[in-house]
Amino acid sequence: MDQAIRRFFDSDLWFSFTRSPVTIVSAIVAAICILGAVFAPWIAPHNPFDLASLNLIDAFKPPAWTEEGAREYVLGTDDQGRDVLSAIMYGARVSLLVGISATVFATLLGVSLGLLAGYLGGAIDSLLMRICDIQLTFPSILVALLVDGVVRAALPREVHADIALFVVIFAIGISEWPKFARTVRGSTLVERNKEYVQAARVIGVPKARIMVSHVLPNVIGPVLVVATLNLGLAILSEATLSFLGVGVPPTQPSLGTLIRIGNDFLFSGEWWITIFPGVALIAMVLSVNLLGDWLRDALNPKLR
Amino acid sequence: MFAFIVSRIFQALPVLLAVALISFAMFAYVGDPVAIMLGQDYTQAQRDALVAELGLDRPFWVQFATFIGNAAQGEFGLSYRLSRPVADLIAERAPATLELAFTAAALALIVGVPMGVYTGLYRNSWPSRFFLTFSLIGVSLPTFLIGILLILVFAVWLGWLPSFGRGDTVALGGWTTGFLTLTGLKALVLPAITLGLFQLTLIMRLVRAEMLEVLRTDYIKFARARGLPNRAVHFGHALKNTLVPVITIVGLQLGAIIAFAIVTETVFQWPGMGLLFIQSVGAADIPVMSAYLLLISLVFVTINLIVDLLYYAVDPRLRIGRGKGGH
Repeated sequence: MDQAIRRFFDSDLWFSFTRSPVTIVSAIVAAICILGAVFAPWIAPHNPFDLASLNLIDAFKPPAWTEEGAREYVLGTDDQGRDVLSAIMYGARVSLLVGISATVFATLLGVSLGLLAGYLGGAIDSLLMRICDIQLTFPSILVALLVDGVVRAALPREVHADIALFVVIFAIGISEWPKFARTVRGSTLVERNKEYVQAARVIGVPKARIMVSHVLPNVIGPVLVVATLNLGLAILSEATLSFLGVGVPPTQPSLGTLIRIGNDFLFSGEWWITIFPGVALIAMVLSVNLLGDWLRDALNPKLR
Repeated sequence: MFAFIVSRIFQALPVLLAVALISFAMFAYVGDPVAIMLGQDYTQAQRDALVAELGLDRPFWVQFATFIGNAAQGEFGLSYRLSRPVADLIAERAPATLELAFTAAALALIVGVPMGVYTGLYRNSWPSRFFLTFSLIGVSLPTFLIGILLILVFAVWLGWLPSFGRGDTVALGGWTTGFLTLTGLKALVLPAITLGLFQLTLIMRLVRAEMLEVLRTDYIKFARARGLPNRAVHFGHALKNTLVPVITIVGLQLGAIIAFAIVTETVFQWPGMGLLFIQSVGAADIPVMSAYLLLISLVFVTINLIVDLLYYAVDPRLRIGRGKGGH
């Protein structure tokens, strides 16, 4: 264990990390967002879902540093007297959960199909790549909207309300798998003719086993970068869907839902209800994206 | 040239057919239109009669062929939500979306290309640094937040511009336009900026990167050595050679503009196709969804086709038949 830690701090990755101030700041911002979201139930100043603690007298309190602000509510309160900061922390939890799950789903689907297409070739390959081509013609947010709409229409209303979160994850995941499939297929095509794969084939290792334990470990590197860059995109897709009112259920508001709710109060001057969740969303997405950019450059030997 | 166009059209057809198949499958298998049309109480005999009348008992492929035939004539049936012909609904809203998308794309091009050229030529001047920082904001802010921020500043705090709707429109035949009235033009400003900002920054960055690349090439050095004026070198030689990737991206981004019009139209309550689509998704209104899907894919395929043809016009190397060899 000691040795592993030492090897990490001696690595090129760590060296390039310490040399990039932007990356360090992004890592800190991302860490704050993630920790704040994960530990929200323990560290949030209020529980926005505890109806007993809500008091309408506290509604529409501006942020603490303004004249009418209350110290108790740092970023102010919304129309129901909910603390905006706590709502953001709980909302970030939902946003992160959906973003990460959707990315994992897209990765699993894309990697398996890309591996199959690249290794088996032939009709499967043409079919899968054709589907990729068609899907990539459309922006991913449109695909996610459509999948969400179709599932919504296909399921009875009560059933849909129960599994709405999974529907969003599924819709966003489906909209993003082609990128993973393309990446993996490309590297698989290179790997499958290398000698170690030929050797495995000669001694009679089954196809499935070659794909999983020989080819997969050698094509997974670029996937990590695509996944990191995709996480920001997935969080944004979720926020957009929820902002449009077709994403996560209102009982589990994400950052996008908070922005949509706050949008109704923009004209009466209560800007903080919508702007602060927006700032949190930007901070989260921007820091994740910058980390992804750094990882891509750091892992690319040509750019060293 | 002719053979090239024909082969591209034949490549586009399977895409359209696949999308048509998906739209039809949505029509046929999602939800129960018969139950919706019959209402609460009905007998099995009534149901069978309606199924036969609508032709739902015929084989899948026959129904699919009928669907394509109807779609080609612009016939998509009735909206479940509004009980009006889908074709009428879309025709009413198309002008709003097209005017918005056109203005946004024009804005992105007219502002983005000069900014890109400028930042490419004077890469270390302070306006260039400012433009680059500004473009980072444009790339990382989600569309709906840009819209909300613009509304907050220009509609709520300053009160200069309206924040929703199209203002007054003038009907020209079947087309309603907001270009001819003052309120219509004012209402267009914020949505067009919201929709165009991402494309603007993208075009600027792309033109800048291409300019930097082209300015290093030998033929630019040769043009300078021949003593050509800066203007001729920058615009006649350099900019012209950045156009191929710019055309591709702009063409592909037109599709993205139409997709993100859904978001912009929701923020600004802009009465276009995107708003219609999002209301249909919320209400599971399948006929509108599948018609919109088909229409959008037709637009996308057409744009891709035009981009390919423009390639052909701009890059003489493609005409010699070496295939696509980059720029």
